[in-house]
Amino acid sequence: MSNALPLYATPLQRIGHWILWIFCTAVLVFLIAPVLVVAPLAFNNEPYFHFPVKEYSLRWFHELFTNPAWLNAIYNSVVTAVLATLLATTLGTLAAVGLNHHNLPGKRLIMAVLVSPMIVPVVVLAVGSYFFFSKLGIANSLLGIVLVHAVLGMPFVVITVTATLGGFDMNLMRAARGLGSSQITAFRRVMLPIVWPGVLSGALFAFATSFDEVVVVLFLGGPEQTTLPRQMWTGLREQLSPTILSAAFMLILFAISMLLLLELLRRRSVALRGVVE
Amino acid sequence: MVADSTTALGQRLRKAERRGHFWAYVLIAPLFLFVALSFIVPLGTVLLNSVYDPIIPDNLPRTVRALDAWNGPRDQVPPEPVFAALAQDLKVAVQEQKAGAIANRLNIEESGLRTIFMRAARRVAAQEEGPWTPFFEAADPAWVQPLIWGNIRNLAAPTHSLFFLSALDARRLADNSVASQPEDQRIHITIYLRTLGVALTVTLACLALGFPLAYLLAHLRDKTANLLLILVLLPFWTSLLVRTTAWMVVLQKEGVINSLLQTLGLIAEPLPLVFNRFGVVAAMTHILLPFMILPMYSVMRQIPASYVRAARSLGASPSTAFLRVYLPQCVPGIGAGALLVFILALGYYITPALLGGSTDQMISYFVADNMGRSLNWGLASALAAILLAAVLALYAIYDRIAGPGNLKLG
Repeated sequence: MSNALPLYATPLQRIGHWILWIFCTAVLVFLIAPVLVVAPLAFNNEPYFHFPVKEYSLRWFHELFTNPAWLNAIYNSVVTAVLATLLATTLGTLAAVGLNHHNLPGKRLIMAVLVSPMIVPVVVLAVGSYFFFSKLGIANSLLGIVLVHAVLGMPFVVITVTATLGGFDMNLMRAARGLGSSQITAFRRVMLPIVWPGVLSGALFAFATSFDEVVVVLFLGGPEQTTLPRQMWTGLREQLSPTILSAAFMLILFAISMLLLLELLRRRSVALRGVVE
Repeated sequence: MVADSTTALGQRLRKAERRGHFWAYVLIAPLFLFVALSFIVPLGTVLLNSVYDPIIPDNLPRTVRALDAWNGPRDQVPPEPVFAALAQDLKVAVQEQKAGAIANRLNIEESGLRTIFMRAARRVAAQEEGPWTPFFEAADPAWVQPLIWGNIRNLAAPTHSLFFLSALDARRLADNSVASQPEDQRIHITIYLRTLGVALTVTLACLALGFPLAYLLAHLRDKTANLLLILVLLPFWTSLLVRTTAWMVVLQKEGVINSLLQTLGLIAEPLPLVFNRFGVVAAMTHILLPFMILPMYSVMRQIPASYVRAARSLGASPSTAFLRVYLPQCVPGIGAGALLVFILALGYYITPALLGGSTDQMISYFVADNMGRSLNWGLASALAAILLAAVLALYAIYDRIAGPGNLKLG
């Protein structure tokens, strides 16, 4: 489709068209500007917040990557997110393969339940898991956080893998089975090599979800489980320190690389499945 | 013969299909078990804890039994056997170090009961024999008033509705009647209305900002649209805490907007943009806007341009063609987006906590507050249960409109 106005457009339509463009530019600025504004401030040399920045330096990045508290928080975040992602991706991919079965009775209900962690308020889940995991003795532990983070990331895996499998030709699996391969070999050697970009996209979503999560960590994490978002949260409640801004800048870079990676995966997936969009 | 083999084939096909379904369920089962254990059971525990509160029957069993046996009117003080039973229970409770927990529980119902209860608990070990009524009266004259006994009787059953009453700004008095809370404690109805108000404002703001943008994106060349879509997706992928931090930077007193306006000489004093409702709504709108744009965009892209052209060629004015032909086809996208934003906004905690003042906090904040600071876990559970019920009801509607698989993101 084209954005050009038809030749028969009335003057009023032309004005409307320009108003639409101006309004939408403003909305896009509203969306992107707050994210971009963090960047120059992260390189501020002053120990206090000042805008516009007078002198640039890497001082707060140095602080971020040498201060044991921040380093430990980064380490904890990565460990938690990796474990939660592994759990969510493995179980989520298996379930998505099952859900791909045609006319599966109860599919809609199962899907609705599996997607619900995305919309249930995190505070409610955090409170509930605190109650329940206290009884099991895994509150205030890494295991508890990993389990809940995996639940929060799992819907993304199920949704992306189900969507990818939607374009997968099941005849390939039948052919493999007909040629004598076992169910597992067919999955490993035929299905997985074609749908892996979808699985990896889901895993990226799950990783980002865990990496960004703070409420569950606040309820379930002991002092040893301080993650990056929790460290930022604690800092933000007291005072907006420049180290937080440098951490925020790193997380923006992380988001940009996620976005690029996902786009690459989407293209790869389309190419592998031979889908014409 | 032919009919026979057809039925046989049909049976075998059905059997094969059932076997296929069985294996599909086997693949889903591990995730389902995991979700049950780490999601459904924890949510169930919240519901359970909002009504189940066995601290009094567990720790004062003899007293509860004696009160039951007596079963006198609420405006009277129970007779000596009840006091004797309480003395027995107290001795055990002190030994097991449970007296503090009981006292705290009573204090939630009526402040001041903690002191009265603990005073008796501290003295009870020293006394061997009754009569117990004068002993308790000597500990605190409140023991021969009906108030404390009424409250113990309200808590005598292991399940009760006291937390929900409290979440609805009501309470059960010592005489077993229900009354509204004293004026200064009537906060929850205000919080629900505030939560709904903020969520609704954010939803409307997202709709107002998102609709034109989705419309423009849907009518651009694919290449341009994808490029501009990156500007929508980048903030979407950026950590929620980072975006909240960014809004703090933008809005605070020495922040970007105030510095800019002051440099331009438009204002003399910094505007109060943060730690108020404005800051909360602005940041939440920013964070939730992609959830509105993406479903609307995907619906609008499916609408053939020929419909509006047909309407125009049949003589409709541009506005009529838009309102009567285009807009009705957008409704599924608008509905899905608006409902999703509203549902997500209801449960917001981090953003209002960091960018709002004390009068901008939403229901999630009070769940966390009752868990952490006030240590009233029952009330926290009741508030969480009410929030959960609201969200799940809206999710059922959303599921009807959009279907769960349509929760596409990015």
